Amino acid sequence: MKIDLNTVDRLAHLARLEFDEATKGKMLDDMNRFLEFAEKLNELDIAEVEPLIYMNSDHNVLRKDEVMQVIDHEAALKNAPKRDSDFFRVPKVIDK
Amino acid sequence: MESTIYDQYELVVGLEVHAQLNTQSKAFSSDSAAYGAAPNTQVSPISLGHPGTLPKLNERALEFGVKLGLAMNCEIRRWNEFARKNYFYADLPKGYQITQHTTPICYNGWVDVRNDDGSKRRIGITRIHMEEDAGKSMHDQDAFDSLIDLNRCGVPLLEIVSEPDMRTPREAYLYLTEVRQLVRYLDICDGNMEEGSLRCDANISVRKKGATEFGVKVEVKNMNSIRNVQRAIEHEFKRQIDMLQKGETIYSETRSFDAVNGTTFALRSKEQANDYRYFPEPDLQPVVVELAYIEEVRNHMPLLPSQLIERFTNSYGLNEYDALVLTDNREVALYFNELTSLTTNYKQAANWVMGPVKSWINAEAQSMDAFPLSSKQIAALIALIDEGVVSNSVATQKLFPAMLENPAASPMDLAKQMNLVQERNVDELRMHVEAVLAAWPDKVAEYKSGKKGVLGLFMGDVMKRTQGKADPKMTSQLLNEILSS
Repeated sequence: MKIDLNTVDRLAHLARLEFDEATKGKMLDDMNRFLEFAEKLNELDIAEVEPLIYMNSDHNVLRKDEVMQVIDHEAALKNAPKRDSDFFRVPKVIDK
Repeated sequence: MESTIYDQYELVVGLEVHAQLNTQSKAFSSDSAAYGAAPNTQVSPISLGHPGTLPKLNERALEFGVKLGLAMNCEIRRWNEFARKNYFYADLPKGYQITQHTTPICYNGWVDVRNDDGSKRRIGITRIHMEEDAGKSMHDQDAFDSLIDLNRCGVPLLEIVSEPDMRTPREAYLYLTEVRQLVRYLDICDGNMEEGSLRCDANISVRKKGATEFGVKVEVKNMNSIRNVQRAIEHEFKRQIDMLQKGETIYSETRSFDAVNGTTFALRSKEQANDYRYFPEPDLQPVVVELAYIEEVRNHMPLLPSQLIERFTNSYGLNEYDALVLTDNREVALYFNELTSLTTNYKQAANWVMGPVKSWINAEAQSMDAFPLSSKQIAALIALIDEGVVSNSVATQKLFPAMLENPAASPMDLAKQMNLVQERNVDELRMHVEAVLAAWPDKVAEYKSGKKGVLGLFMGDVMKRTQGKADPKMTSQLLNEILSS
């Protein structure tokens, strides 16, 4: 599989990133190198191997429906780049 | 009726309903899921999407999913996994929503709706899956910024996806009413569309009658009442047909409902198809739903409207209309159901609940829970009528209002106190009847010459003399007896 500039554009859009032409070329090269690296795996026959998703074989790790408030309002807003006394503030995200 | 171009087309509708679950805590974290708190006070590192946090599923969200699945006649999936649905939006701090993408907990179900002509329509349920809600964005409060409240972030949802089985706007209305009634009976969601705890997106398309292929579907959002869902569908049906008639192409797009003028408008520009890049959520271990667990949930299911209707009509001999009225609201239905274990006069019990009790709820704008009289007291009242202690009209007009004023007193004591007990002593009654007849010799003569209509006058006078306490049956018997002697 080879990545082309269209794929870079599409991924950049999905990730909400912008690249100038020079950086785009560099991203293209990087991404293709990642893929080549991962293609090494194709040398192995994994037809019989289940994909590994979980780090252990547990299931039904559930919690009781009980409220435990672990942080307060101030702590919640503490790391926000922009905020007021109540809300997180972000650039307007709807075009009207 | 004149046939129009619209008659040549068929409407096809499928609904996606999001039900916000009324759990105490959130789907994957322990912060409160309650509605209406001050902004950003019910959050946690998990719901805020901080790195290094580990979600853990709320066991009640799972139970509610199984409950709803059983109520909607679904198969319940044994092996459940979660996935990440990736998209960027400010009210989704993790950058993904946790959802059951490939393994919905419930699938292949159905819900019956009753059309206005009494015919039943079966609407298929494709799937019901567990997921989490996003936060709330406010765009109109400030000139430059959007304000974000993350209290709702992580609140558990069940998304109920129907088959495209609805063919009229009315059927969509009825289906949604049915869904709301079910989640309320199950007590898993308050079903309030105005506040957004029940939300509905409609997938709407049209096709020429007789066509086997579906048309291109349009998704309509932002309808905050069941009535508005019906209105939006009515509008889309005509809009899409108008477009086709003009030779225009319908695109698959998302539109929003404008409640003011009953129309829809395009919401997203068709820049690029959504690409959510789903992948398995490795932070949540799979959930296995064993048969024993399903049976356990099934054994604790409350009675559902369809079961109650069946019981009310088959066992209690009520007609279907009465059964529908009684089961419309869960609390009213449960009250009536309780009442039927205390009296066997089911028809009378139904009349009391549908009449005076429901009138009280409406007049006071209260819920059934606030009704001051227990089912035991209503049963006692019915017994007094059945035994002839008080007449039906005295019970309705005097005793029932007195009971409402004085909910602790027994109906019998109140009836005695207020002197409402019917006069059933034959000698006493005969005295009253004779006195009335003696006062109207000319009317008695009229009666004897064939004018039976004056009987009402005598009856009214006896009631007056006894302050309404004369047993009407006995009085009319006595009148007949004395007049014909």
